[in-house]
Amino acid sequence: MTALRNVVPRLEERWALRLEIEEFHVAYAQAIDAGEITRWPDFFTDDALYRVTGRDNADRGLPLGLLYCDGKKMMRDRVQATLRTTTFEPRFLRHYISNLSIDEVRAEGAIKARANYLVVQTLMEEKTELFQAGHYQDTFVRRDGRLLLRERHCVYDSLTIPNALIYPI
Amino acid sequence: MSVQPPNGSSNAFVWPEEGLNAVPDWLYTSDEIYQRELERIFYGPTWNYVALEAEIPNHGDYKRSWVGEAPVIVTRGADGNVHVVENRCAHRGAEFCRSLTGNSKEFICPYHQWTYDLDGSLRAVPFRRGVKGKGGMPADFKLSEHGLRKLRVATRNGVVFASYADHVEPLDQYIGPEILKDFDTLFDGRPLKILGYWRNTLYGNWKLYHENLKDPYHATLLHTFLVTFGLMKAGQKSAMIADPLGRHGTMASAKGDEEEGVDQKAVNKEMRKMIELELEDGRVVGFVPEFKSPWTVTMQTIWPNFITQRELNTLGVRHIVPRGPDSIDMYWTMFGYADDTEEMTKLRLCQSNLMGPAGFLGIEDNEAIKWVQEGARRSVTEKGLTLLGGRDEGTSDTLITEAAVRSMYRYYRGVMGL
Ligand SMILES: [Fe+2]
Repeated sequence: MTALRNVVPRLEERWALRLEIEEFHVAYAQAIDAGEITRWPDFFTDDALYRVTGRDNADRGLPLGLLYCDGKKMMRDRVQATLRTTTFEPRFLRHYISNLSIDEVRAEGAIKARANYLVVQTLMEEKTELFQAGHYQDTFVRRDGRLLLRERHCVYDSLTIPNALIYPI
Repeated sequence: MSVQPPNGSSNAFVWPEEGLNAVPDWLYTSDEIYQRELERIFYGPTWNYVALEAEIPNHGDYKRSWVGEAPVIVTRGADGNVHVVENRCAHRGAEFCRSLTGNSKEFICPYHQWTYDLDGSLRAVPFRRGVKGKGGMPADFKLSEHGLRKLRVATRNGVVFASYADHVEPLDQYIGPEILKDFDTLFDGRPLKILGYWRNTLYGNWKLYHENLKDPYHATLLHTFLVTFGLMKAGQKSAMIADPLGRHGTMASAKGDEEEGVDQKAVNKEMRKMIELELEDGRVVGFVPEFKSPWTVTMQTIWPNFITQRELNTLGVRHIVPRGPDSIDMYWTMFGYADDTEEMTKLRLCQSNLMGPAGFLGIEDNEAIKWVQEGARRSVTEKGLTLLGGRDEGTSDTLITEAAVRSMYRYYRGVMGL
């Protein structure tokens, strides 16, 4: 792991890049937390890979995802199927994203980054619970001046999740 | 609220007078019933799923697993055979194996370094003879009498089962030909490739999971996604198969194979949630035929802790670990075959959005099971109804029946003395 100081030596550039990614995380979390998951695929490139998976799979290099979308179209399919066909109790989520680490800025512009996340879930009448703790393994690219995810792996620590995962992490 | 019998006396568990057309709430909520189930079912003369051989291919490979609530370790010994031993040191009872998987020549309990072979035999006890003639084990202590508790093991085409019972029928007889037919379609002896694992806690009694997969009626109603894409649908060629004892089951359906003489409009009218949905990518319901089977889906329940899943091209097994009357941990292992193309692996991964803790169908079953458990736990009414299909039991060729649920409870009541 390299400190961002070595990856992006100039302070102003470092500030700008950090701020841009932090703002991306905030917008991403806001869309999901507000229940506007139809906006969720817009944070990705057309060919992006999105996966939520347990630490055990990630450690062993196993490809399975709890939620697995190969491309933006499949993300839209996931959203439509969730909203229109799937029956579940109403729930409210809060994403807390922190400890952003920018690990690599490639010559072609791809940025490898990580961040920790906590997702807190509140079911209709129940107490708020810590639903998932994990970290994002991200690859960002720039399209028309805007950062988009080309790859996002959400790797959660606890192997066992409570009941069901419905919305993206 | 479900009324517990006074003093925990088992005589107080009286089955409703409707017989198999009703299910009492105490079946899902009583601690006493649950303890009796562990004893007579999970630790009794049954075969319990513990692992796939593909997870322990090499000598010395091992994996943590469970039979009922009990922690076990599945190993491949130096002799190449599969062993299942209790994950509990014979000395002070420590659950000593703390890795999900691994490879080792031996097991050493960290507490006092008692050392075991992979088949559970005790090999060494530190300071067995004491120091300077002081302390140590009595002279008549025999290593051979203090190994790990060994379970009986049986395998079929790469699937490993274990039993605590000394006497249990051979595995093929236990599962029986009706169920083996579709079991062997999925496990045909080809080497498997593990794609990964899921685990979730379900907030319902373990029997509700069996009921769910012996109740094809719900599939056509709860799962709008299934119906929308014709994966399972009333009026489509389907079957609910039970073994003669009623403990195992296969729910099967053939996408795109509609039965003759079915008025599809009338079928659709019965379902309140019919929707039109066009997928953009569609791979999640894309099906590449790969089995010699009339069915595009088979879901099998093998008593008491095992489920096999073949839905389109997504394949997996589920392992029920009961955690008291109110909840279970479900361990999912998803796989393909070693000779799959990259494209087929990708398809299986994409279709894993159908099942599992985040699957379109999985989500709904988890929710429904939780809601039934809450109904049993909280409300005043004390029983549920299983009247669909009248008094029929066993195998049926319609989805609109609870015949297989009734067969399961006939068998269960015999074992439980209820
Ligand atoms: Fe279901």
